Amino acid sequence: MTLDFARRVEVTLRLNARSRTTVVSPRTTLLDWLRDDIGLTGAKKGCNEGACGTCTVLVDGRRMNGCLTLVVQCEGRSVTTVEGLAGMKGAGEVGGELHPVQRAFADHDAFQCGYCTPGQLMSAVACIAEGHATDDASVREWMSGNICRCSAYPQITAAVLAAAREEAGR
Amino acid sequence: MRDFAYARAGTAEAAVETLAGRQTAVIAGGTELLNWFRLGIAAADRVVDIGGLDELRGIARDGDELRIGALATLNEVGEHPLVTRLAGALASACLQAASAQVRNRATIGGNVLQRTRCPYFRAEEPLPWPCNKRDPGSGCASLAGRHERQAIFGWTQDCVAVQPSDPAVALAALDARADVLGPAGPRTIPMREFHLTQREAAAAGEPMRETRLGADELITGYRLPVSTAGQAYVKVRERASYEYAIVSAAADVRLAEGAGGPRAAGAGEQRIAAARVALGSVAQRPWRLTAAEAELPGTPLTREALLPVIERAMADAVPLPQNGFKVTMARNAAVRALLAAGGAA
Repeated sequence: MTLDFARRVEVTLRLNARSRTTVVSPRTTLLDWLRDDIGLTGAKKGCNEGACGTCTVLVDGRRMNGCLTLVVQCEGRSVTTVEGLAGMKGAGEVGGELHPVQRAFADHDAFQCGYCTPGQLMSAVACIAEGHATDDASVREWMSGNICRCSAYPQITAAVLAAAREEAGR
Repeated sequence: MRDFAYARAGTAEAAVETLAGRQTAVIAGGTELLNWFRLGIAAADRVVDIGGLDELRGIARDGDELRIGALATLNEVGEHPLVTRLAGALASACLQAASAQVRNRATIGGNVLQRTRCPYFRAEEPLPWPCNKRDPGSGCASLAGRHERQAIFGWTQDCVAVQPSDPAVALAALDARADVLGPAGPRTIPMREFHLTQREAAAAGEPMRETRLGADELITGYRLPVSTAGQAYVKVRERASYEYAIVSAAADVRLAEGAGGPRAAGAGEQRIAAARVALGSVAQRPWRLTAAEAELPGTPLTREALLPVIERAMADAVPLPQNGFKVTMARNAAVRALLAAGGAA
């Protein structure tokens, strides 16, 4: 069987709970697609090499770097960006209640300039879901893929632990 | 990133077929390949995606062997109860590699094929300096420039780079074998021989070759003999997390039974029955300290007793002008890994 290599590829995936079909060049990263084609600019293009984490999104619930993921690798998968975190208002419109992790970040001043925040939030949601938000050291280790140049790490750690406690209490 | 044509492989055989002749790259997680494309380290007209091959997934025990599919991610390997229990050094090495996000994409098959982190090599094209890996025959800017992070074993005047993979060090220490599929069918490569030093590659007439894997071959998985001995992976780095190793060490230690009485009598009473130990980031391959392994049975599990054994096994180290400290650091990492594996640290 000889494989068919294509220069344009149709991909169907779920984006923030809504199904989408798109046609892309194979080299299109999930990050570039989200920002340039879909207009979801929450995920940021910091280093574009997997070093900073500000492009972190969830793919099938797992956190990943959008800059290290091709759209063609997301066929049939479910992608969640920071825009999909807050409660949905109507048919796929965003703007509802803040997600508990978002609220915890606001309550704990877990950012200064905010550039890393979308990635920190997505990483934190996953970190809590994975069960790694147990104590300071564990949060620092499992959140190390998200760099904050304002160095709000103590506040970010506190916010993640507070959100984890809240989640456990529900 | 230049564009390429893309296809999803339905079977491992179909993927291997595409590797013959034309310039085709394999993508699994993609964490390394995409950066190669961006920097110009690799270019491919075609990319074949093996990410959907369920046959390459999964972690299972098969008698006395642990089988790990090439597509298992570093987080899956690192957190799998079978790996934690029967190959603890590998689990630890996986979880100390990269970041949580990268580990959710990066696969154990692709990880050992990552290239060196030498900053002269990892620059965007066109390179402003010589690098024999990027432009054969141009020279080695690192040898003439900064090389404090480079090799202390096996380097040549052509290249002084080290292989940075953490899992590869554990796989070599634990006598894992890679299952490989090529056009002629499957074969296995022992992981302690998988990578080549610059000197080994030069002796084989291919000075820039880095592994024994053929260009038309695919890693499909690994098999490790299960071990109930204590294990540890020690990684020394400039920050506590999400950083490449300056040096690292994987160890597996079985203690002599009853030799020293209860541990309460003092850790000095414990003696080693058998041990395996490998260093990482000291050469372009994981560096098994076989001379030490021969000497360790009967050695007390103490820092004082282990230091001279490791020192003798590292006597052939040839540090570069700027990295003599790595000899000491690697020695200490090996001792720490042995102590931790034996339960004394």
